[in-house]
Amino acid sequence: MNQSNTATTEPSQHNTAQRLFSNLFGRRSLDEWSLGSVLIIGVLALFICVVLPIYTLLSKSVENRAGDFIALTNFSQFFATPSLYNSINNSLFIALLSTTIVTSLSFLTAYGISRTRIPFKGLFRTILVLPILAPSLLPAISLVYLFGNQGIIKELLMGESIYGPIGIIIGSCFWTFPHALMIMLTALANTDARLYESAEVLGASPIRTFFTVTLPAAKYGIISVAFVVFTLVITDFGVPKVIGGQFNVLATDIYKQVIGQQNFEMGATVSVILLLPAILTFLTDRWLQRKQSALLTSKAVPWTAPKRQWLDRVFLGLMLLVSFIILSIILMAVYASLVTFWPYNLSLSLKNYNFDLMDGGGWAAYWNSIQMATFTAIIGTGFIFFQSYLVAKLPGFKVLKWFFHLFAILPLAVPGLVLGLAYIFFFNSPNNPLNGIYGTMTILVVCTISHFYTVCHLTATTALKQIDGEFESVSASLKVPQIKTFWRVTLPVCMPAVLDIASYLFVNAMTTVSAVVFLYSYNTSLASVAVLNMDDAGDIAPAAAMAVMIMLTCMLARLVHWLLGNVLLKNTQTWRKK
Amino acid sequence: MTHKPLLKRLAVLAGITTVSMAAHAAKTELTVYTAIEAEDLKKYAARFNDVHPDIKINWVRDSTGIVTAKLLAEKDNPQADVVWGLAATSLMRLKNENMLASYKPAGYDQLSPKFRDNDEAPTWTGMDAWIAAVCYNTVESEKLGLPKPTSWADLTKPVYQGHIIMPNPNSSGTGFLDVSSWLQIFGEKEGWEYMDGLHKNISRYTHSGSKPCKLAASGETPIGISFAFRAAKSKASGAPLDLVFPKEGLGWEMEATAIIKGTDKLKAAQTLADWASSKEANELYNEGYAVVARPGIAKPIQYFPKDPESLMIDNDFEWSAGARDEILAEWQSRYDSKSEAK
Repeated sequence: MNQSNTATTEPSQHNTAQRLFSNLFGRRSLDEWSLGSVLIIGVLALFICVVLPIYTLLSKSVENRAGDFIALTNFSQFFATPSLYNSINNSLFIALLSTTIVTSLSFLTAYGISRTRIPFKGLFRTILVLPILAPSLLPAISLVYLFGNQGIIKELLMGESIYGPIGIIIGSCFWTFPHALMIMLTALANTDARLYESAEVLGASPIRTFFTVTLPAAKYGIISVAFVVFTLVITDFGVPKVIGGQFNVLATDIYKQVIGQQNFEMGATVSVILLLPAILTFLTDRWLQRKQSALLTSKAVPWTAPKRQWLDRVFLGLMLLVSFIILSIILMAVYASLVTFWPYNLSLSLKNYNFDLMDGGGWAAYWNSIQMATFTAIIGTGFIFFQSYLVAKLPGFKVLKWFFHLFAILPLAVPGLVLGLAYIFFFNSPNNPLNGIYGTMTILVVCTISHFYTVCHLTATTALKQIDGEFESVSASLKVPQIKTFWRVTLPVCMPAVLDIASYLFVNAMTTVSAVVFLYSYNTSLASVAVLNMDDAGDIAPAAAMAVMIMLTCMLARLVHWLLGNVLLKNTQTWRKK
Repeated sequence: MTHKPLLKRLAVLAGITTVSMAAHAAKTELTVYTAIEAEDLKKYAARFNDVHPDIKINWVRDSTGIVTAKLLAEKDNPQADVVWGLAATSLMRLKNENMLASYKPAGYDQLSPKFRDNDEAPTWTGMDAWIAAVCYNTVESEKLGLPKPTSWADLTKPVYQGHIIMPNPNSSGTGFLDVSSWLQIFGEKEGWEYMDGLHKNISRYTHSGSKPCKLAASGETPIGISFAFRAAKSKASGAPLDLVFPKEGLGWEMEATAIIKGTDKLKAAQTLADWASSKEANELYNEGYAVVARPGIAKPIQYFPKDPESLMIDNDFEWSAGARDEILAEWQSRYDSKSEAK
């Protein structure tokens, strides 16, 4: 919170009211005003694209079918129906267990990548983020082939069924892992070698150094990861839908209420209950932010890991194990997509790639997805990073920033299904002046950016927080416009995070299902929705095939990311190395 | 650079645009919501265009539940012009919400009465029936020593425990037609008792109606309760399946067509509705469905029983639509909570 210090160190003879006045209107330069108005536009955009649609849908939770206000009747009905409220326990169980597994695994693997001297780091990193390149339905489909009744290694489950909590947890861990790793790597990326040197000089043991230097520095990242994973798992409906069997969770209940019974009001009621983790996330995040201070001061010296033989071996083993599991799940899906008719005709063919005869829009859907993902990445990254920058580095505007942060955190907690429905009700209303975008590519792009806003915002904020606020103060005293500092200092320094955000958005736009399933129209059908539709119809092999196509495309995007990164980062990131 | 070439180019461009727009205007585009199987969409549009090349169909296809939810959610500002191929019970729901335009397509009176909305001002028109069927995987059943069932009652025998999959009526139209048909075949009390027995043998309930049969086709389950169209297609594609049509009678649901109220392309919509109940259209439906709306058209289909119509129960749609919420709530409290499924 360095930036606020400069704004509040007013002469002490000012009384509070005067200070407030000058804070709001007085002491701002033209520079601050113009950037401030961009921030205002950002807050408004989030308000329209996130808050208003969600409000429109959630207000249905206190209405009956006819639209009359019925207070909390829906909620009492929810808690009077055992098959509905049991889902709360189930959802919590799945989410807590997955969060524990993913948080510890992602911390360990991120530590392995950034703080040890194991070989093949680049390769491991590439493999570990592979799951993010596939739709969340891919692990679920793969698990059916691995552990289902015709599964090739079903004996490993020792008689337990994969259709239920086991399948949901494995599938959820698989697809949320890269999300966690991305935040964790950013949190562990920047270190100050001076702290480690001090610890060594003071005679601290490696374990004590870990608990007093490494862990506190990554604390913010770890807790962010825990909340992100928890909410991702509890709001996901793809995995439980494919492999959940009879194990009901809140997200599939929404699906059943809305799709099966067209009971939007009860669907909205369950959504409200699912929003509670979001509020918790927000409060915790605010509390943590106050504690977080800048790690990378302008005097920081980057740290390089020393050689620790036994530790490096343990981590190498762990990396090999995790990589093996991830690769098995992916390769199983690739193999399944090539088998002609599982399990009775195992000859290989490309029959399942003939999408034009299947549900979901065929190859046209695939090209639409690429178009949508490209727009999402370009527009989304520009908007999100610049807005996060303003929130982190523009002096003043405290109330506005508080709201911005609230709106930016909100999408994480909103199940995609809820967001998609909310978009129908809000953007297709005849009274909405924006209803022209309904049924177009624009609404898909807007919805996708909103849906994935939070993780990008957190990534940008984490990266920005690690830059000392002094850069802004110095440039301000040298009368350099802040936008120039952004362009010349902040953006180049944060380039890895910016590229991460762009490819995160591209990949998620390719793989997302739940929000867009209600929003596509005849000429904007999408590949990821096709996977859902094909699996739903029982065409599991073609579904696997389309999932593989999506994954290959995302790999290509990552390759571009990597090439770009190599060219750009060579010029901007050498200072991180010794 | 002078401005002349640019102006010239612009003029040419404008000319092209005008011409192409004029050509465009001659062709009416209809947005048609549907739940027809994806593999048939192109065929349906092509057959229609053979007769009416001036109307272009833009399909929005999804499963019955999603299309219905989407239509209801868009109620205040409908995007669809026509619904061609959606469960009649869904259309009845839309009718109750006052979303359908009343229209009597040409040849309406020649259709079987049970495929008609017998209202003064009819809103929907039946196309074909999709009927319940049981998919029995011969290879897996032999491994497990499961005899081939012949009746619904057979499926409650202890030998089948954990080997049957059926759709969840709360998320699938096929699941609901099964449940409502058992209540009609066995009577209310005995119907629920039947499902109590069946529930003991069910390994899980799926969200989609075609999935149990596809799962039987791939050996994930030896027996899947599904519908005949999907079963026949799976068998034709090489799956080791036998189709079982239980002797007590088969539940069924019909696909139907309707025009959305307030469409600004009413004339084209009516043209489509007319064609959808024509003789040619019924012959088209008959390529996948054994029972169609026009009597005397249907030819037997491979793997279907010889006279499927005699097996179909006398389905009371008014009753099942009216009692739907109640039936689903009862079903949910009996079978859908985790404690009971274990």
